[in-house]
Amino acid sequence: MYYLVSIAILVTMALALARAVLGPSVYDRVLAVNMFGTKTTLLLSVIAFLYGRPDFLDLALTYALINFIGVLAVLEFFQSRSTRRANDRVDGA
Amino acid sequence: MDSAIDVLSWILLTLGGAFVFVGGLGALRLPNFYTRMHAASLTDSMASILILLGIMLQAGWSLAAIKLLAILAFLLLTGPTASYALANSALLSGLKPGNSPADSTEN
Amino acid sequence: MVILFAVFLLTLLVLTAVAIVRTENLFVAVMLTGIFSLLMAANFFVLDAADVALTEAAIGAGITTVLFLGALALTAEHEKSVSAGRWLSMGVVVVTTLILVYATFDKPRLGDPEAPVHLHVAPWYLEETPELIGIPNVVTAILGSFRGYDTLGELFVIFTACIGVLFLLSGPRGQHLPPDDMALSSTAHGLRHHLIPKVVGRLLIPFIVLFGFYVQFHGEYGPGGGFQAGAIVAAGIILYALLEGEAQALKAVPRSVLMGMVIGGAMLYGAVGIAGIALGGNFLDYSVLADNPVKGQQFGILVIELGVGITVCGALLSIFHAFAAREPV
Repeated sequence: MYYLVSIAILVTMALALARAVLGPSVYDRVLAVNMFGTKTTLLLSVIAFLYGRPDFLDLALTYALINFIGVLAVLEFFQSRSTRRANDRVDGA
Repeated sequence: MDSAIDVLSWILLTLGGAFVFVGGLGALRLPNFYTRMHAASLTDSMASILILLGIMLQAGWSLAAIKLLAILAFLLLTGPTASYALANSALLSGLKPGNSPADSTEN
Repeated sequence: MVILFAVFLLTLLVLTAVAIVRTENLFVAVMLTGIFSLLMAANFFVLDAADVALTEAAIGAGITTVLFLGALALTAEHEKSVSAGRWLSMGVVVVTTLILVYATFDKPRLGDPEAPVHLHVAPWYLEETPELIGIPNVVTAILGSFRGYDTLGELFVIFTACIGVLFLLSGPRGQHLPPDDMALSSTAHGLRHHLIPKVVGRLLIPFIVLFGFYVQFHGEYGPGGGFQAGAIVAAGIILYALLEGEAQALKAVPRSVLMGMVIGGAMLYGAVGIAGIALGGNFLDYSVLADNPVKGQQFGILVIELGVGITVCGALLSIFHAFAAREPV
């Protein structure tokens, strides 16, 4: 019964990858990476039970936390970039 | 009793898989960033709840169930926050929630 | 079924790699590198290598993305186009690829049960670990005890890398190490001024650090160990730095403490080795550390993993602060 779910999650990971490659704006790509991270967490939980190794759930927990930190780092980068651009425009104008 | 748990688990997992797939499809085919945001974040939370509950039923009362509960709690806590921060950041930098061609900011 | 998973994930990996190479926007490349790392970790997981998957998750998907973004903030965002010497590079790549492919004809098939590694090496470790060391996680036993020298070398490589990066980034280049209260900008920007991520982040940071400690000390019983734990604790403190500002994070964990961590962890590892000599055995011989050789081995592995974790955490945080402290060009 876990196979169906894992196949669904794998297909969605492929779709998210397509969005990350295609996405016209940067925010689409960040969205895709966030979604990818959550799906990877779910995939790891499902496969951990598929293989009968419940002590591998530590990995899924790690992903859930690291994914969050990655997305927040990206957003911080954007904010400082747009502020820098605004400052440059003010200085240059 | 065991087969009832199995059937319930199977239903939850299949529903979760369906949500996951719908979310992926939405993220690919919807026209605008904010609409894709809806697809991605809503289905993420719902699918996490369904799939992890389905696995928890299979795990019974053990350490694995507590770890799954922790994973679910973290996903439910951090998923919406990340979506909020992303949407806020996009709005503040000028990405407009419409559908006209002048909407996407430069890369 | 494993084959289906592995083939699917590997195909996605190839597609991501092609996309990374083809794009010229470096930011997109960084995002795709994050996805690449997640795919790689899922791949390791499908192949049943949990420790490696955990390390790849903690370091590749989280910390490396943050460091790349820090580097991108200091430089331009688009790749400079290279027009000269393309055919030469193409030729070199093709020749090297052909040589490597030819070299793989000699090695046994992946997972072949007749391969020497499965007939001689792996069974020896699997049999000897319960008797000599007595911990369930054979990977940690090999890493910590049987191949302890290699891990010592790895730790000193991390130490050297940290020192190297700090030398490079503290050079005389404009404003170097600006005073801590000169904030990045006066306008309200950044995550510091958004309440929701701040509150949620503050809620999560103690759990992340606690989880890092759990992974550190649980390395003998499940996937875990020093490298992963150091990366997770560093990720927690980087989250604090992202939310509260780099100055606050430097007040919480000052540079002197970070330097102490980087040096102290490596020294701890070396000290365990020298303690082995002082107590009558060889260098890095843990059996003499306690009255019972098995207990000695476990104690030794615990202490060296602690050293590894401390150094990795200090190194990653030092590198992060080195990037974040420089004013962008």
